[in-house]
Amino acid sequence: MARIAGVDLPKNKRSEIGLTYIYGIGRSTAQSILTKAKIDYNKKIGELSDEEVASIRSIIQSDAKVEGALRSDVQMNIKRLTDIGCYRGLRHRKGLPVRGQRTRTNARTRKGKRRTVAGKKKALEKK
Amino acid sequence: MSRSVKKGPFVDPKLQAKVEALNKSNQKKVIKTWARSSTIIPDFVGHTFAVHNGNKFIPVYIHEAMVGHKLGEFAPTRIFRAHPGIKSEKTTTPAAA
Repeated sequence: MARIAGVDLPKNKRSEIGLTYIYGIGRSTAQSILTKAKIDYNKKIGELSDEEVASIRSIIQSDAKVEGALRSDVQMNIKRLTDIGCYRGLRHRKGLPVRGQRTRTNARTRKGKRRTVAGKKKALEKK
Repeated sequence: MSRSVKKGPFVDPKLQAKVEALNKSNQKKVIKTWARSSTIIPDFVGHTFAVHNGNKFIPVYIHEAMVGHKLGEFAPTRIFRAHPGIKSEKTTTPAAA
């Protein structure tokens, strides 16, 4: 079992897919890493030799920002926006969509579970 | 799509002239402006701008971290108070408690 960047990779997946289990590595980063390490995309994670795992590890260390470092980076960026009090920062604070999406309906990913507003229904019935 | 690098950041020319004049004379004065779309450049740091939000002027003090943003981002144009239903709920609960 290969363990890279503090994440256990699934042995029976193709390495191209298996690497995407690491936060910060998607398909295209995985492919570029494997090309650089000269490993076939289709080789299963479990079949990788120790040297191959080590070379992947060193490439990730030098090229990619992954897991904790990346997560804290993202958090820092959001914190910067909220600290300077710009519009995007305010939206992050309120937990509303940041990029100008509509909020009259939808936007449930940001707003979370529906919270029914008391008295709102009555207002609609009057109309 | 982001702005072409060739053109450089958009800074309102009149506003820039005013800031330059203040920097030369080493003064700090609040500058009233409607140029919400103007980018904040390093020259602006330390000044206070009164940015129009369509209704009144919001004072904005420029920090270093704000460089690269637009002035309008710091003067919200909409005020959301609360939904009427939630508001009454909030006012009733402290009274009950």
